[in-house]
Amino acid sequence: MIDFVGKRNWFYVVSLLVLIPGIVSLILPGGLHRGIEFSSGTTFSVRFAEDVSEVELRDALAQLGHDEARIQKTPQGRMLVRTDLIGGATQAPPFGPALPSEREDLETALGQRFGGLLDSDGNPSSRFIEFSSVSSSVSSDIGRNAALAILVASLAILIYITLSFVSVPKPVRYGASAIFALGHDVLLTLGAASILGRIAGFEIDTLFITAMLTIVGFSVHDSIVVFDRVRENVRRAESAGYEVRLADAVNASLNQTLGRSLNTSLTVVLSLVALILLGGDTIRDFLIIMLVGLVSGTYSSIFVASQLLVSWDEGDLPRLLGRFRRQRPHAVESPA
Amino acid sequence: MKQRQTQILLAIVFLLTVFSVCVVWPSDPDRYLPDAVPWPKAACAGPICIGKGIDLFGAERREMRLGLDLKGGTRLVLEADLSQQPDVNLDEALNTAVDVVERRVNAFGVAESITERVGANRISVQLPGISAEEAIAKIGKTAQLQFMELARDPSGNVILTQPGPNGQLTASFADAIQNQALLEIAKWVPVAATDDNGVRRELTGAYLDRSKLAVQPNVAGLPVLNFGMNSEGAKLLGQATARLSNPSQPMAFFLDNEPIRGTDGQIIAPLVRSQITDQGSISGLTLGDSQTLATLLRTGAFPVPLVVVQQDEVDATLGDEAVVETVEAGLIAILIVMTFMVLYYRLPGALAALALFVYVSLTLAVYKLLPVTITSAGMAAFVLSVGMAVDANILIFERMKEELRLGRSLVGAIDAGFSRAWTSIRDSNAATVIICIILYWFGDQFGASLVKGFALTLFFGVLVSMFSAIVVTKTFLHALIGTPVMRHLWLFGSDVEEARRISAPPIPITARREGAES
Repeated sequence: MIDFVGKRNWFYVVSLLVLIPGIVSLILPGGLHRGIEFSSGTTFSVRFAEDVSEVELRDALAQLGHDEARIQKTPQGRMLVRTDLIGGATQAPPFGPALPSEREDLETALGQRFGGLLDSDGNPSSRFIEFSSVSSSVSSDIGRNAALAILVASLAILIYITLSFVSVPKPVRYGASAIFALGHDVLLTLGAASILGRIAGFEIDTLFITAMLTIVGFSVHDSIVVFDRVRENVRRAESAGYEVRLADAVNASLNQTLGRSLNTSLTVVLSLVALILLGGDTIRDFLIIMLVGLVSGTYSSIFVASQLLVSWDEGDLPRLLGRFRRQRPHAVESPA
Repeated sequence: MKQRQTQILLAIVFLLTVFSVCVVWPSDPDRYLPDAVPWPKAACAGPICIGKGIDLFGAERREMRLGLDLKGGTRLVLEADLSQQPDVNLDEALNTAVDVVERRVNAFGVAESITERVGANRISVQLPGISAEEAIAKIGKTAQLQFMELARDPSGNVILTQPGPNGQLTASFADAIQNQALLEIAKWVPVAATDDNGVRRELTGAYLDRSKLAVQPNVAGLPVLNFGMNSEGAKLLGQATARLSNPSQPMAFFLDNEPIRGTDGQIIAPLVRSQITDQGSISGLTLGDSQTLATLLRTGAFPVPLVVVQQDEVDATLGDEAVVETVEAGLIAILIVMTFMVLYYRLPGALAALALFVYVSLTLAVYKLLPVTITSAGMAAFVLSVGMAVDANILIFERMKEELRLGRSLVGAIDAGFSRAWTSIRDSNAATVIICIILYWFGDQFGASLVKGFALTLFFGVLVSMFSAIVVTKTFLHALIGTPVMRHLWLFGSDVEEARRISAPPIPITARREGAES
């Protein structure tokens, strides 16, 4: 039997060490690259008949008045471009006759410059392959709703776990520990997104929020599986008349569910990796973030949520506040 | 009799699976599956068809419903701009605007377009297969309001656009104005008159004096819609109504070449009773219809100015590519998961892999039949839900192994594995369902079909996964009870046999007192 509980302080240290780079990256200016859905602007993807480098396209766009454009080239030769809001589309209320839009101007100008536009199959075309633009009135709403969604989700889960654990003592602790672990996963994922933003131009969009909420779901899912076992072990011990220390119950539960935790994680990780490597590139960023979050979710269910439950029961925090008294009242169980 | 119950369940699962496979089998399987195998193409054998979707009780489902990101097309989000008219009733105005947008979208014949209100002050329009510019141009064009009269042949009969109930191509005027069905197929032509310069002009909304539109009760308390014309319009309408009132003939109002209809769906076509010049009134309509007509006459189009605040356009070829890539990746992911299950859990793993097949076909059938709109994120959600479905099995099998190590009989271990694992499956999936509901709400706030698609696919995936993990796998295992395979414990895992041989003690929950050392 592996002694997970005894090393809990080490696990906290490990978690902190993993979290710190992300937190630093988040705090530093430009922590998260917000996509157009959160900051308004335009993205489009385009393919040219000629082979065009990112620098050439950037120069061309700068000449057309978009020196803020950020460009990424996909392996398939498509150029993904992000600019400030491209005019025309949202002007002229009540939006009247067809807009001789800036978009059309750009399509024409870029097409002439680089030998014509192609659709994604490589056939001549006169249009961008994808075009999205979001004005600021929408983006502020989306941001607010995203924050609200994560908050409401956390609250709903806290309530659900508390209700389904009423049969064991102090049910709120289970919910709160699960929420704490969930916070750990969200923070870690946000940090990863921030670092990815710095090195690979990763942007936060609604799909990212979706990934985030899914991670929240999976994180809680994992925590609940362990907690469910703790609940069962505590109840059974109680009905058999044993007096059981929560730390031991948690440790036994962790060992009993370890196989499941690893195997489930492995299957999900395998599926995600298959999708990342073989799937289309429209949702690749989304899947990478999901992968980070799911691994973190499995880790945190074992090394954060469960350990917090024990720390709470053992009074680690008051002890810590009592300036690290060397003599601990309870010996921590050593490996059997 | 338990065995009997198992057999019935097995039969149900089998039939459900066959049905689902028939429903979801693609019409062109070679797009997704390796070419080496001659996959059956769309075909029918008696009542059973594959590759053609299904047609049940009029609910026809030929294809998966794909989101715009996969099918190609445009999504526009329009926002009401209240800066010019702050006192307008936003709710009513938006509902009317949705009607107007829908009317125009239908007018240019886009299949499966969706117009809906999102959030407090926006409208989302999804238009498959149309570019953003085209869409904005068509939706945004100023609506043309026209005054229309019935087309008459030289002998005074009403001309029909298609043969009437008796095959006739004309109807007598008296019949036509009595019979709504005839009015529907009657030919309507613009009301026209000659202006001062001798030019023939059609009467349109341009001649209305919009400030004089009002709905008021008459002496009998019935609603009357009063309207006025500008000076040019008064002359034209005076000429036209002199003709149309003797004898009284109906006049209809067409918006974007479609007649304006009342709430009962009938064409609003009041009879012209007398000559009308600068002031007229329409009576005999219900209060609601009077108000609708007044709104449409007043605005010609949108009751409030609408501004495009968000637009997404995806080229159809790109979506097509994404579908094939993601489906193939998903299939490989599922195969990897199945292989893992068989290698690690052996016999139960193989049954779980089989159950996974049932799961995949059932879930896809649910998506197709409801239908759930499949987006790129939704496909990822589906693959994730496969992970969830397997997780339930893993929970059960790990528990089963534990019970076996504790020395339980196989049958006992199977049942204990299922019943003990149930609470954790229930609670953990409930958490996911809660998340799905919140995600759906989040996506619904601004019409993000990608997010909604993800939430819906995951939601149904989780529901079906509970069924497949618990009912299907259990039925499979029960079906094997009593057969010779069940005598080989190694089929349930090597460590199980090992554990039995050395009769290792169960994992203890040791009773500890305060301060106990080990």
